[in-house]
Amino acid sequence: MAALTGLEPVAAAPARAPRARVWRGAVFLVAGLYFLVPLGASLWYTLHSPAAGVSFAPYAELLTAEGFARSLLLSLGLAAATIAVVLLLALPAMLAARLFAPRLRPVLEVLCTLPLVVPPITFVAGLATSLRTGTEVLAPTPFWATIIAVQDPGFPVVLVLAYVVLVLPFVYRSLDAGLRTMDVRTLVEAARNLGASWPYVLFRVVVPNLRSALASASFLTLALVLGEYTVASLLGYEPFAVWIVTVSGSRGQLSVAVSILSLLIIWLLLLAVSTVFGRERKS
Amino acid sequence: MSRSLTGGRPGARSRGWLGALPLLAFFALVFGVPAAALAAGAFTAQGRPSLDNLALSLRGGYLTALLGSVKLSAVVALAGAVLGTFLAHAVVTSRFRLLREAVLTASGVLANFGGVPLAFFWIATLGNSGVVSGLVGLPSGSLYTFWGLAVVYLYFSIPLMVLAMAPALDGLRPQWREAAANNGATAWHYWRYVGLPVLAPAMLGGVVLLFGSAFSAYATANAMVGTVVPLVTLKIAAALTGDVLIGYENIALALSLDMIVVAGLVMAIYLPLQRRTSRWLH
Repeated sequence: MAALTGLEPVAAAPARAPRARVWRGAVFLVAGLYFLVPLGASLWYTLHSPAAGVSFAPYAELLTAEGFARSLLLSLGLAAATIAVVLLLALPAMLAARLFAPRLRPVLEVLCTLPLVVPPITFVAGLATSLRTGTEVLAPTPFWATIIAVQDPGFPVVLVLAYVVLVLPFVYRSLDAGLRTMDVRTLVEAARNLGASWPYVLFRVVVPNLRSALASASFLTLALVLGEYTVASLLGYEPFAVWIVTVSGSRGQLSVAVSILSLLIIWLLLLAVSTVFGRERKS
Repeated sequence: MSRSLTGGRPGARSRGWLGALPLLAFFALVFGVPAAALAAGAFTAQGRPSLDNLALSLRGGYLTALLGSVKLSAVVALAGAVLGTFLAHAVVTSRFRLLREAVLTASGVLANFGGVPLAFFWIATLGNSGVVSGLVGLPSGSLYTFWGLAVVYLYFSIPLMVLAMAPALDGLRPQWREAAANNGATAWHYWRYVGLPVLAPAMLGGVVLLFGSAFSAYATANAMVGTVVPLVTLKIAAALTGDVLIGYENIALALSLDMIVVAGLVMAIYLPLQRRTSRWLH
């Protein structure tokens, strides 16, 4: 896009250029104030208190607070499980639709955009109702143990199931964009003709070509699961985002410190994904 | 495209459905069952089929909450769209590569930064004992209002709009501006007859995206305002967690159905537009 800025002075009358620059500067100034002031203020809020002066105590307290490691590990575990399940479900379905059953594509597209229309809180309303009814109805059958196990507070599988539904639209879009950039049919046919088995085709031919799409799908899933509050809190579980609220009741500085930490985590995740992107573009 | 090896073989189609079967079965169970339970519960009162819940959900305090949510989302969507477009334009036309990259990366981070941490950020800044509210002499409680909530929601809405608009603005060719200028067009003419019509689908799509994300936001509002500002998500949560009379879960389901109808209407505008905008991205 260097061409765009390089050509501009030719097109624009010389008198216009300074005005455009002033305008741009004003926009950046206002945006900078709006976005940076809360950041700085929050940081100051955690570091400074009228009683103790400037200290890093909230951050030290954070790392030793009861439940910090447990809730963060639970969130990371849920995220890993969600990524694995959503990719294992979506990728074969999308490949199958492209290779064998073109009529399946519109079906998948509609299914994978439906969760966008359903706000998470309405989804959890339906989910809670069906869990309650399910536990009653299934009580006399062997499935009762399953539906109880799914709701185990140690590792609530039901949250993984719910998150898979919530991230499906985003994962579908990234994978679809990735699949568009390559000729899947030719690649797969060539590999099959050379005697590759289906698992080999999937993991050594298709997946490497989809690396950046898989990375962005994983980033979106990870960010969503780490920050997810609505479903988890209304179903009564305590991953990271819910724990923040529990802790904040008593200690204000601590909760803001956790918020800064969660912003940092998202930033680091995005950085990790963009380095993967960048390396790929160069090679 | 050749259909020789994979497409034409007998049995290939059944294999296609086989690959999609796990996803379809998963979806039917985890999405279909709750959706059916929601619809069934919304139309059931005292164990009998009825429209009472829906009627109740569109009256009094519940209607106020639903309208409050729609109003807040509309304000955030329009303001976020306008401000986000200005910022995206400034970013895209900027000469400084580093600034451009920095703003786009920050947008990616902030667009995904919401929920409870966002509320705590603003409480620390403009809350009753916030750092900045003391400096500017903000009256106590001003953050915990409708407009306070709108300012907080813009913190993730504007970056979302920047991300939605940057590719479309990149697609505006400098040659179009040159051609317009050669034909005697002023800056106003250029934007009115060339720039905005090209950008319109992307902007409308962005507005819908912003509306949807503000409409379904619950965590931020819950952590910030509790029940001070009536919002439909807060009412649903209150009815679900049972701090009202027993039997009100079905009201929560009816309210959920109202929300889905509103979100569905808005999405019905978005999806066709999304397809149209993607033409400009290439």
